[in-house]
Amino acid sequence: MFGFILRRLAVAIPTLLLLIVVSFLLMYAAPGGPFTQERALPPQVLANLNAKYGLDQPLWRQIVGYVWGIVAHFDFGPSFVYPDRSVNQIIAAGFPVTLTYGGIAFAVAVAVGISLGVAAAIRQNSWLDHLAVGISIGAQVLPNFVMAPLLVLVFTLWLGWLPGGGWGGPTYWIMPVVALSTSFMASIARITRSSMLEVLGSNHIRTARAKGLPERAVILRHALRPALLPVISYLGPAFVTMITGSVVIDMYFSTGGIGRSFVDSALNRDYAVMMGITILVGALTIFFSLVVDVLYAWIDPKIRY
Amino acid sequence: MIDSQKMQSLATRLAQPEVKGRSPWADARRRFRRNKAAMVSLLVLILVGLFALFGNHIAAWSNEEMDFSIMGQAAQLGAPSLENGHWFGTDDLGRDLFARTVQGTQISLMVGLIGAGIAVLVGTLYGATAGYLGGRIDAVMMRTVDVLMSIPYMFVLILLLVIFGRSMLMLFLGIGLISWLDMSRIVRGQTLSLKNREFIEAARATGVPAWRIILRHIVPNLMGVVAVYATLLVPLMILTESFISFLGLGVQEPLTSWGALISEGAGTMNYGTLWQLVFPLFFFCVTLFAFFFVGDGLRDALDPKDR
Repeated sequence: MFGFILRRLAVAIPTLLLLIVVSFLLMYAAPGGPFTQERALPPQVLANLNAKYGLDQPLWRQIVGYVWGIVAHFDFGPSFVYPDRSVNQIIAAGFPVTLTYGGIAFAVAVAVGISLGVAAAIRQNSWLDHLAVGISIGAQVLPNFVMAPLLVLVFTLWLGWLPGGGWGGPTYWIMPVVALSTSFMASIARITRSSMLEVLGSNHIRTARAKGLPERAVILRHALRPALLPVISYLGPAFVTMITGSVVIDMYFSTGGIGRSFVDSALNRDYAVMMGITILVGALTIFFSLVVDVLYAWIDPKIRY
Repeated sequence: MIDSQKMQSLATRLAQPEVKGRSPWADARRRFRRNKAAMVSLLVLILVGLFALFGNHIAAWSNEEMDFSIMGQAAQLGAPSLENGHWFGTDDLGRDLFARTVQGTQISLMVGLIGAGIAVLVGTLYGATAGYLGGRIDAVMMRTVDVLMSIPYMFVLILLLVIFGRSMLMLFLGIGLISWLDMSRIVRGQTLSLKNREFIEAARATGVPAWRIILRHIVPNLMGVVAVYATLLVPLMILTESFISFLGLGVQEPLTSWGALISEGAGTMNYGTLWQLVFPLFFFCVTLFAFFFVGDGLRDALDPKDR
């Protein structure tokens, strides 16, 4: 197991470095550079700015400096637009918020999705099954940017139950969590249902039933574990899509997470912040896919590592 | 005594041309026709396509005209009405929402089709090449795909759009860059199981060069998988584009897309102009639904054992 993790790390770390270098090169290739404005700056000012941000140095030194800053000090450098704030400060302000509702949404999607899928598979063709299938089909066309306005329309404008935006107590969490988790919950439910149905038809379940195990034990001990494998391999891509979805949540609900900073910096052409967030998200993604792989290998005894 | 009835039957039987063999494609077509949800969805898609193609000809207003009698008072005067020709109402600037929806439909469908088209072209060739050549080349090519897939592409896509300017071309390029990854994996898997079959061996034995085997013998046999996957990719591409446009980073005025229209409608709905959200949203959801159903129907039709 230890060797397996090491081998996965041997791929993950170069990937991350590649992401850092490529996004830096993209920024370097940007026409005009980060300080291009509608009114051209005097050359002396521009030279001073470039010197301050180290942009007057040769390319390889910039890259090495940038990578070294991130790897050694976890430092993404200064913002190009707000001279008094570093990228780290901007990320630190928004990240806890994103982590809070993102974490809750992820937990809700997994817990509700798996329960719904298992319940639907056990009672195939019951009303519950039809409901679960209906929800999972419907939610395919209700991505977060469609759910968010619809939720606000119903719960804020019509019913007036929930605040339409901002960040505070748990009432502020409900709509972001629901908007973010619905489509994943539906996908997880669909995957769980179909793989559970397949497992329930297999020989080892028939054996378990034949030797007189209570249905509860058959489901929980013998069917659930193999049935969860496809769900686990879905969690990796789901995590990426979810963290991407948080951008919409931050924009629409003004929750103040890093998604907002990302879009703001995109509109301001603040490359340093954009790169910082992209790299952070990339690191999280790579780390999470590593966790998923390990989890998969741990659950499935057939995997050799 | 000869049974005349049986003779008659034999005669007609012999007169008939030999029973035509059914190709797998004909079988699939028959199964697809029996799938009601898929057939209805196909009809819906045709209607949406017609709406995008000919909507401009029946619209009473063009998508650029502003109705100055409504401008600024969209909430009071801009509601959908048959009398002034704004069948879907107007937006805040007094532009006809019907014409805008037609325009948004055109652009969203175009993005979806072109994105899926790039995926089909690049993904099929890449996957087939990797799978057919095998060995170290395959390992390197598929590792590259793995690496690219573990990158949070939406963030990189937005980075690209910001750095190189927001244009339709850049949007297509950016979406095309990521869309082929999944396709190449699926195609590679299929190629691996094809390449040891006899007809490939025969081609190789007669000295057909590798690129020609890939193009003439492998790729045609991949068409089933590719068709299904491409149909399911179109809605995903539309979703991606709408996501970016919803954030205001995608297509730019005066162009519009479903995502941009939904974003506008969502931004103004608390002023009581609900129609600005409802009409684009309706087209968006219905079309995505239809694409998913047609894709699923195609898969069931081509692969009947997997239900």
